[in-house]
Amino acid sequence: MSHPSAPPAARPALPKQNILRIQAAKFVESPVAVVGVLALAAAALVAVLAPWIAPQNPYDLMQIDIMDNMLPPGGELMSGQIAWLGTDAQGRDMLSAILYGLRISLSVGIITVLIAGAIGATVGVAAAFVGGRFEAILMRIVDLHLAFPSILIALVLLSAFGRGVDKVILALVIVQWAYYARTVRGSALVETRKDYIAACAVLQLPRWRVLFRHLLPNCIPPLIVVATVQVAGAILLESTLSFLGAGVPVTEPSLGMLISQGYGYMLSGKYWIAVFPGVMLVLVIIAINLVGDRLRVILNPRLSS
Amino acid sequence: MTAYLIRRIFQALYVMLAMAVLVFAAVYMLGNPVDALLSPDSDQIERAAAIARLGLDRPLHEQFGLFLWNAVRGDLGTSFVYGIPAIEVLLLRLPTTLELAVFAMLLALAVGIPLGIIAGMRPGSIAGKTIMGGSILGFSLPAFWVGLMLVLIFAVQLQVLPSGGRGQTVRVLGINFAALTLDGLRHMILPATTLALYKASLVIRVCEAATREVMSQDYIRFARAKGLSFWRIVSLHVFKNVMIPVVTIMGMEFGGLLAFSVVVETIYAYQGMGELLISSINRLDRPVVVTYLLFTTVMFVGINLIVDILYAVLDPRIRLSEETT
Repeated sequence: MSHPSAPPAARPALPKQNILRIQAAKFVESPVAVVGVLALAAAALVAVLAPWIAPQNPYDLMQIDIMDNMLPPGGELMSGQIAWLGTDAQGRDMLSAILYGLRISLSVGIITVLIAGAIGATVGVAAAFVGGRFEAILMRIVDLHLAFPSILIALVLLSAFGRGVDKVILALVIVQWAYYARTVRGSALVETRKDYIAACAVLQLPRWRVLFRHLLPNCIPPLIVVATVQVAGAILLESTLSFLGAGVPVTEPSLGMLISQGYGYMLSGKYWIAVFPGVMLVLVIIAINLVGDRLRVILNPRLSS
Repeated sequence: MTAYLIRRIFQALYVMLAMAVLVFAAVYMLGNPVDALLSPDSDQIERAAAIARLGLDRPLHEQFGLFLWNAVRGDLGTSFVYGIPAIEVLLLRLPTTLELAVFAMLLALAVGIPLGIIAGMRPGSIAGKTIMGGSILGFSLPAFWVGLMLVLIFAVQLQVLPSGGRGQTVRVLGINFAALTLDGLRHMILPATTLALYKASLVIRVCEAATREVMSQDYIRFARAKGLSFWRIVSLHVFKNVMIPVVTIMGMEFGGLLAFSVVVETIYAYQGMGELLISSINRLDRPVVVTYLLFTTVMFVGINLIVDILYAVLDPRIRLSEETT
């Protein structure tokens, strides 16, 4: 009962793996980028494990003692523990607050990029595939969107939405989707002219299937580069908004919120409340940008030759 | 050319109308300004009178129509907080922000162009790598945190520069300028540096790419063959050609500079437009928020329009391709 058209599944598996391995090998050629990946992995790990490795739960009022407030780095808490990075005005251990803040900052960045990337990629690939008036209108909206600085749009949106992690993510998605739409449309326009899309048309595959199974996967590489850089962008924007008082609520402080809280105490010389969360923020952003820079080089055939 | 111009201007008007609708909708969601204006113990009659006075009791489309008609005539309402026309409140703050943005822009160019050219001329060298690495750092550092660090170092620790405020100003032609006094300049150094950091990194990147491209051109090789001195090649041939993309980028980025002054002005308690926006949002001063947003929209659309028209004038290919579609 053998069918003439034997299993097609085995076809793409082999070259795909090879490409991934080649790309990975190229990536590792840059030691700086490897350091970036390792730093990111470490940051992600401590963020995920924060509830287990942080010296205290900074949100649990039972664990915080107001008598511990404003301890300089290395000071001893009432409980006998050492606050290596000092404590804030409520007596929270800054190291714990930073680990929990990192959790929020990273998840805001990643969730935003996933949602905005999905929306933007769909819009971009659909615009390139359908073309005509549909494309013209969508791309006008994208242009309009990108003409305005994201910080202003997000600020106004958040002042309308109110505070909350979910609201921040919503505002950031609204701000960011257009970047992906433009990137994906650009590469989709190139791809639609290639033979395999014509072959799909000859095979009379349904349009949605051509769109999502054939066109979209081939537009992924530039999307990955944009998405990596935009994770950093989202985290930066979130922290800036929180600093301006329009971001996450005080009860769920991200790194930006911690910096904002420390700002008031800085002029009186209590630097550690604002400085250490900032150092963590900067390290994460630099790590992401280093990785993004390297990905741009290896995923762009013009640069990597 | 005329057809292109007219179409482009109509596009700009559409964008402004769309933004007007969005701004109106967004601000409508901001919250009821009456709650912020009246004391909590005011009675229902006072409340109703305030609502009627502000026109908040009318239907939504009527409010929008009235808003649009007034906006076209330059009347964007009276600030709830200051009690004078919102546009006046904004215009009072505008020179402060413009001054800061121009200062920051000049700073970014003064630092970015030479560094970018150096990095572009010696791509693999230690200097080149350091400069390009530094520019990644410039992109990665959150501006607000850099601002805090600058305050910490120069105002708190070293105590050489003021931590905030605008300092002494001089009144010229009815506008207060801080750049004309030593004290004003001292107050401007930290905010302008903070604001310039990102743009300087951008200028470095653009200059580096442009220089690398220019250096591989035949006319540079020819200039070398002719025996021109290194400095003459750089100042005459490289610099001029590098300036083209730099000017383009800077034209487009100036708007971003104004927008980002929101952050910088908040850090340094600099009484400009950005600080006005934040405080107006916090105090639910709707007319001022609306005025700010519409004003920036007009400015952005205006800048884009000018850049596009200049391009069309300078490069006939753009004009022709637009006309054929």
